[in-house]
Amino acid sequence: MSSETCLLQAHNLACERDDRQLFRGLSLTAHAGECWQIVGPNGAGKTTLLRVLAGLFTHYDGELHWHLSGDFREHLLFIGDRPGMRAELTPLENLNWLNALHGLDDADPWPALASAGLRGFEDVPLTQLSAGQKRRASLARLWLGEQKVWILDEPFAAVDAAGVATIETRLADHAAAGGLVLYTSHHAVGSEVRRLELGP
Amino acid sequence: MTGFAPTLARELRLGLCARAEIINPLFFFLMVVTLFPLGLDPEPDLLRRIGPGVVWVAALLAVMLSLDQLFRRDYESGALEQLLVAPVALYFPVLARLLGHWLLTGLPLVVLSPVLGGLFALPAAVLDELALSLLLGTPILTVVGAIGAALTTGLGRGGMLLALLVLPLYVPVLIFGAGVVGRSLAGYDVDAVFALLGALLALAVSLGPLAVAAGLRISSGD
Repeated sequence: MSSETCLLQAHNLACERDDRQLFRGLSLTAHAGECWQIVGPNGAGKTTLLRVLAGLFTHYDGELHWHLSGDFREHLLFIGDRPGMRAELTPLENLNWLNALHGLDDADPWPALASAGLRGFEDVPLTQLSAGQKRRASLARLWLGEQKVWILDEPFAAVDAAGVATIETRLADHAAAGGLVLYTSHHAVGSEVRRLELGP
Repeated sequence: MTGFAPTLARELRLGLCARAEIINPLFFFLMVVTLFPLGLDPEPDLLRRIGPGVVWVAALLAVMLSLDQLFRRDYESGALEQLLVAPVALYFPVLARLLGHWLLTGLPLVVLSPVLGGLFALPAAVLDELALSLLLGTPILTVVGAIGAALTTGLGRGGMLLALLVLPLYVPVLIFGAGVVGRSLAGYDVDAVFALLGALLALAVSLGPLAVAAGLRISSGD
């Protein structure tokens, strides 16, 4: 199942925020075809670790290497704890903008929105959607684009049981197709998932 | 140019969603300008002398007020970090945002300015020059203010700090901009002042987005 292409090597990562040690001595080697779940109590630094891996937070010690060609960001799909979408706009408008930034102008957002369970809500501004539907709108990006590395912060938050099952399948499929998934959750995806524990 | 057109379209669309944020600075501009003739002696000579300066200061404050929210919602919604992880140079999306913002907030000030100039008994001949000075000047105000807005976006409330950061930087633009009409009324040639304003505008548009992008990275990476 897992090929031996090493995509991510992190050695002895340490991170401090406001004089508080979040994690230290953290090492991680991740290959294509793997699905990593980052677990730990609230405040253990899970979100910060994902932001470090995505290149959004640079105040860390240790070494971090992505073995990917060209601009790392071309291979990255990052969905943070915030939706990344403006509440005034509809899921469709938000997706179109994000697609344009990723050079996916030709990508068709409709099937992705349908897969995310938002059929019929494409043209409703996000302010009028529920928390779970907002999450689904940002997760519709899992069905768009060809990024190899997925970094997802709490993808299952506020999503209902049926939605969780759909997303689980999608994550497993992506890993099986040679991708790498790193996500935080208190929820394990199948037996293939590797766990990285943060915190004391 | 990746990301320019979609970001501009999005900015205009967002402007339509938040009409109050577009209209309020415009009303603020109108109110401040109309208060001066009411509060001062409505003597045409006096009004004519202070008119260009009043219109310019009011436009400057209106632009600054409109900028406080420029990046805040993008920051809070996570759209800003999406922009940072996207494989694009930040320059063009930022330039598109600034252009969109100016079209919605700066351009209406330019269009209204001849009417307000008339309120200050300015002769019809210099109203064009007042509007042209604002046409060249307000984009500079938008760009320079956006640098401050980018830096203060991560702070809970940046309003007053933004004013303190940005107002000193507005001084040269104000001096040249407001000076145009005064010089013209005194019978001097104002082409050189317009050329200077144009040079400042070229500088702001070419280098400003880089500074804004750097500010956004700092705000987002805390």
